[in-house]
Amino acid sequence: MAVEKRVLNCINCPMGCEITAEIKDGIIEKIAGNNCQRGEVYTREEITAPKRMLTSTVRIRDGVLPLLPVVSVRALPKEKVMECAAFLRQVIVKAPVRAGDVVAANILGLGVDIAASRDMDSRHAQKV
Amino acid sequence: MGEIYDIIIVGGGPAGLSAAYSAWENGAERILILERDREVGGILQQCIHNGFGLHHFKEELTGPGYARRCWKLIEDKKAVTVMVDTMVLEVREDKTVLAVNPKWGVMELRAKAVILTMGCRERTRGAIRIPGYRPAGIYTAGAAQRMVNMEGYLPGKKIVILGSGDIGLIMARRMSLEGCKVQAVLEICPYSNGLTRNMVQCLQDYDIPLYLSHTIVNIKGRGRVAGITAAKVDEKMQPIPGTEFDIDCDTLLLSVGLIPENELSRELGLELHPLTGGPVVDQHRETSISGIFAAGNVVHVHDLVDFVSDEAGIAGKFAALLAKDQLPELRDDIPIQAGDGVRTCVPQHIRRGARGETVRLFMRVRRPMRKVRLEIRDSETLLVSRMLPVAKPSEMIAVDLPAEKAEAVHGGLEVTVREEV
Repeated sequence: MAVEKRVLNCINCPMGCEITAEIKDGIIEKIAGNNCQRGEVYTREEITAPKRMLTSTVRIRDGVLPLLPVVSVRALPKEKVMECAAFLRQVIVKAPVRAGDVVAANILGLGVDIAASRDMDSRHAQKV
Repeated sequence: MGEIYDIIIVGGGPAGLSAAYSAWENGAERILILERDREVGGILQQCIHNGFGLHHFKEELTGPGYARRCWKLIEDKKAVTVMVDTMVLEVREDKTVLAVNPKWGVMELRAKAVILTMGCRERTRGAIRIPGYRPAGIYTAGAAQRMVNMEGYLPGKKIVILGSGDIGLIMARRMSLEGCKVQAVLEICPYSNGLTRNMVQCLQDYDIPLYLSHTIVNIKGRGRVAGITAAKVDEKMQPIPGTEFDIDCDTLLLSVGLIPENELSRELGLELHPLTGGPVVDQHRETSISGIFAAGNVVHVHDLVDFVSDEAGIAGKFAALLAKDQLPELRDDIPIQAGDGVRTCVPQHIRRGARGETVRLFMRVRRPMRKVRLEIRDSETLLVSRMLPVAKPSEMIAVDLPAEKAEAVHGGLEVTVREEV
């Protein structure tokens, strides 16, 4: 089987090394272009199981704002991020909400919760 | 309202909140934050993405999360009062602040020190003069960010973004996550102006093409944006005839730079720096008028909020010392010149006191470089020399000048960043 070459930009520091990985039969055979160990670790994870944090919003009823910002408590598999974002477009919560409250537990069965990233008071309970 | 505050802080964003906390830590007793929005936190409330706080709080936070952390540090402090929905109309040389809000009407407030933390605003279409009609569907990236993340509207479905600064890149991802199609990001410079991390996670992840050395030469559509014409630019950033091509879109987002918001500073008569667009400050972040301090994006646009908090911490500390009459007496004034390779350096001068203190310099380079040597020298000696593997205009460099060296400076200081040969 042919050797596949993949070129990545490392994101660990401002250097932004351009790293080339050679993959044969799904196995990484060679990593070049990185200037430190972190580049290698990053390349391995990016090739075998890339992960991303997801931040988005969900609708909130009775909130001082119509939207509540949310964040995944851990990184999600990269290929599931769009599906998770689409799922969150259907979620509606009710104010008040505290930062850290879970708005979607175990999203799409991936074992990661989505939580509010700020407090949101009810607009009916606003102080004068 | 006859009370005299120790410190009045103009603006309750990350700089204002961090300045208030530092002022409290350093013994200021009556601190007032004036914020024009309905809540504190500033622009962070609409920056719902994460990546904030790694330096300052040693933890990765979202924008609202970072704002909340800053607020929690001062929330229960009796010394700190916050007025929201409050617009500052004027700051005077005698540290009187004229402000207005719906509850109290027009107020004349007095303080021993004032800290300016008004932040910055976005450059608009007018600032970059794109030809074409004036259809609906053209927004600054930050305005679109507020609509999408806080107000619940999508500005359009098919998007082109001009400018590869971080806000533009973040919005490319954000619009994609909300189901929009981002057609392209265009950048007039031959290099990206955003963090590598954002290039990878906001563009590459979503297969969004980035056109470097390209700009927009025409916006099509009368009632609504119907597309744009892009063209390649030469080394002088002038469009090259014959390279034009059309991109279909209904919305154009502009991420073409930020300008420190200094209307109040200008009226007050503060000396402003022509390149940073903010007040000229000394190492305490005191401006050209005694007792008026400034910190954060109002002084120079930062790329990391963490550095904004650090800088506001300096302003808060020395404003507190001034309010308590404990600011060390300052002797001579040492200018800091941005030399070879360096576009701007803050502070612009050091006022040497009786007691030495470490001086932190924040600088931006003129162009991307690899393997550079950063040097700080006075008229006689080399004081600091550091190798940096990489230097980019989009990433601010922070360097400390140790107290004993700052103490012994002869004449002026010059900072240079040169490629190693």
